[in-house]
Amino acid sequence: MNKHQNMEERLWNYIDGAGSADDRLFIEQLIATNQGWKTKYQELLQLQDLLSNHLELDEPSMRFTQNIMESISKYHIAPAAKSYINKRIIWGIAGFFICSILALLIAGIGQMNWSAAGPTESASPINLGKLNHLDPGQFINSTYTTIFMMINVVLALVLLDRYLNYRKTKTESKSS
Amino acid sequence: MQTGPVDTEIISRVLKGDQAIYAELVKRYQNFVFTIALRYTPNREDAEEIAQDVFVKAYRSLADFRGDSKFSTWLYTIVTTTCITFLRKKRIPVHSLDNERVFEVADNQNSAFRANQVEQKSKAQAIQEAMRLLSVDDARIITLFYQAEQSLEEIGRILGIDPNTAKVKLHRARQRLKEKMVKHYAEIVNELTH
Repeated sequence: MNKHQNMEERLWNYIDGAGSADDRLFIEQLIATNQGWKTKYQELLQLQDLLSNHLELDEPSMRFTQNIMESISKYHIAPAAKSYINKRIIWGIAGFFICSILALLIAGIGQMNWSAAGPTESASPINLGKLNHLDPGQFINSTYTTIFMMINVVLALVLLDRYLNYRKTKTESKSS
Repeated sequence: MQTGPVDTEIISRVLKGDQAIYAELVKRYQNFVFTIALRYTPNREDAEEIAQDVFVKAYRSLADFRGDSKFSTWLYTIVTTTCITFLRKKRIPVHSLDNERVFEVADNQNSAFRANQVEQKSKAQAIQEAMRLLSVDDARIITLFYQAEQSLEEIGRILGIDPNTAKVKLHRARQRLKEKMVKHYAEIVNELTH
């Protein structure tokens, strides 16, 4: 940024009332003592006056309000988004994905051979050769998969319980 | 100065079913909304269509107004999205902030005519015309700051940008407006300077 631009930006900040008290005091002193700053300040102040006092708003046609009132008479106000977006469902979905990622990570880390890394072996602790003859059965039968499935079953039961409770409350409130 | 019930009072009455009082909000903000829409499209009919659409959308989603910002800030956010959607539908390009060359042609075509007319122009007319020579982004940010009286934080919220970015954009917009004023309305600028 060149000196001239910097001067304008600082002066605009001063005119807008932005910046710290120290900054403002410093700019005030510059305006009072430096002719260049004083001239630029007056120039910007005039533009500020034009923008603040001479910029007029445009007006729409005379029937504008009437047209809108006629249009909205056909509509109802939609319920607030928060009333139909159930946060528990969102948390449930988030929980499911977090569990899935964690399970995958744990399963992946479990497959690593940490002692294998060495100068003669592959630098990666994962045995990539194993991937060619991968047996999906070993993952499905592993303890991690069982834990993962259990967590999901519990989550599903919690969600089902909440849903049934919600339906029960709704039926009760309708009948009363 | 605003008279009558405050915006939040009107909104709560509308939400309770008093549809007629919504007219009060429309009257209060119609000029602001219409002016911002006019910054996007020079066509008054299009701007009026956008403005009407904005108020209908605002009415339908009034229950979503949480009151954590000014009603005007919330409304201008709808104006911005509605204008962009409208222009996309009509396939009218929205020019970028830095695409100065786009406006150069129109600028040069009109400058001679404007130079002759300048003496008869009032300050208000001159600034209004200089605003029309700016890009959509520049004119919009000046309108929001000076006419719609939104703070830099509120402008940031409306345009989905950081307040500091809004400050820089406002600064550049004012700089470009000043250049237009000096180029086309030198008489008025001089008159003000001396």
